[in-house]
Amino acid sequence: MSRGLRWLIAFLCLGVIVAAIYLPILRRRMKLAAKLQQQSAEQARRELTQPVPVNPADARVKATMFWASGNSDGLLTQTVAELPLSSDPVLRSKQVLNTLLAGPVDVERRTLPPDAALLSFYILPNGTAVADFSEALATAIPSGIQSEQLAVDSITRTLEANVPQIQRLKILIHGQEVETLAGHLDLTGTFQVNTRETAPVASPAVSTSPSASPAPSGASPASSTPTTAAPTSSAPTGVAPAASPSPNASTPSPKPASPSDKPPTSPPGSKPNLSPAPQSTPTRPADSN
Amino acid sequence: MLTHAWDRREFRLALGAASALFAFASLAFSFQVSTSTPSQTPAAAAPAANPPAQNPALQAPPASRSGLNVVVLDPAHGGTDTGARGTGGIRESEIVLDFAAQVKRALEGQGFQVVLTRQANDNPSFDDRSAMANAQLGAVFISLHIASTGLPGTVRVYVNSDLPTNTDPSGLISWDRAQMPFQPLSRKLGDTVQGLLAQKFKGSPNNAQAAAVRQLRTTAAPAIAVEISSVVVDDRADLDRMAPGVADAIATGVAMFKPSYVLPSNSPGGTP
Repeated sequence: MSRGLRWLIAFLCLGVIVAAIYLPILRRRMKLAAKLQQQSAEQARRELTQPVPVNPADARVKATMFWASGNSDGLLTQTVAELPLSSDPVLRSKQVLNTLLAGPVDVERRTLPPDAALLSFYILPNGTAVADFSEALATAIPSGIQSEQLAVDSITRTLEANVPQIQRLKILIHGQEVETLAGHLDLTGTFQVNTRETAPVASPAVSTSPSASPAPSGASPASSTPTTAAPTSSAPTGVAPAASPSPNASTPSPKPASPSDKPPTSPPGSKPNLSPAPQSTPTRPADSN
Repeated sequence: MLTHAWDRREFRLALGAASALFAFASLAFSFQVSTSTPSQTPAAAAPAANPPAQNPALQAPPASRSGLNVVVLDPAHGGTDTGARGTGGIRESEIVLDFAAQVKRALEGQGFQVVLTRQANDNPSFDDRSAMANAQLGAVFISLHIASTGLPGTVRVYVNSDLPTNTDPSGLISWDRAQMPFQPLSRKLGDTVQGLLAQKFKGSPNNAQAAAVRQLRTTAAPAIAVEISSVVVDDRADLDRMAPGVADAIATGVAMFKPSYVLPSNSPGGTP
């Protein structure tokens, strides 16, 4: 009886000693695991996006990158870089955007935050491109009209210079349509990319690429499939959602003038029946189109 | 007798060992709990944005005269949204509120009625802010910002970039593109104010820039955004020193713009 108890005590003591040694180790491991888990989400996303294949067989062409001028005047300057670019527009866009994100040598000239990643990119048949960036683009960019405008401009102008197939650009953040980039710039619409719609740009950078097209035909379809959820709301014509139906189309407008003779339906909160202005004759119908 | 005493001692020892083990086990469990919880906190900490807007009825003065009467001043951001933040702790949302007070005084000196989209540290939505201008008769809308980039000591005026032409077959303009008919007027106001600012603040551009500013898109009035550079200055006083010049340029600019304020035919003011 007493011997059995002594054995029991011995075992328990052993257990206590083992636990005293092992538990701190376990604790350390768990902390490490927790840290790894946090990193891995961002990392996994990066790994998903990284394999934008840079095929060495692609001809090296002169790609034009638009980065900031670097003297905080809010202007972009173009830099010509020799890159092996694919002739497939989607692949090519991914390549130039990743180069743009990777940034210039001079940090002062960055337009996009270094943490931001391009998650997916595709081009709709009507020439609207959809670029999906990671959240870092919205969270890490300096807030302000100038800085946000510079970021979007650098994206659209770089695409314009290198991918003539793209007419408009829709920017998503992590697969979602967002209202603003970082509090100022409107992302609900599309940005005009190719201002010369009729004549696709024939910049020297582009013209050399089609000739060298042993482009891996197997690689391009794989990459053109969007990796993240496709945005269901990407209106192809660039009309922002929530276009109000405006029920009263009863007033026929004699003037074919411009988009509408109908006042914009007021936002919630404004008094609807204001339609004021006894100014009966608008002498200067300063219509925009 | 002896064995009995031994028994008791051993029993006590065993009890002690068991409780020690239990203590370790509970300690280990608590580690597990503490390592698993942090991943849940960020979601819970998501700020509740958009507190209810102020009551516009308190501020909306009845405008009886025609033409330009009211200037709606919009100190951007506020509440949980601090806007641009400098390393020195400068917050855009606080500074624009102070700027707005000075601009308001300057505008009132020129005889304009002034409405602020916010008067405290709250954050009305973009639509609520636009609605304050849209509800006014003969208003212009001026949104005030502090940039986080740009040459310190310069000021830039932005107008909404051209909205894509309306493809709605009915030819109606939806309210979320209410700025469309006002774009030429906004451009004129923006260029006027920017020209005055360029005289006071060297290094500023001479003409207003176009940008897809969300706040301006839903505003059915001539609308501009004025952005002052920048929150990177070490001392807030550097920005405060600019306030009188900015206020004066805006007030003078609006006064100069007033004669050319003619409502476009397809605006809410143009149709009976």
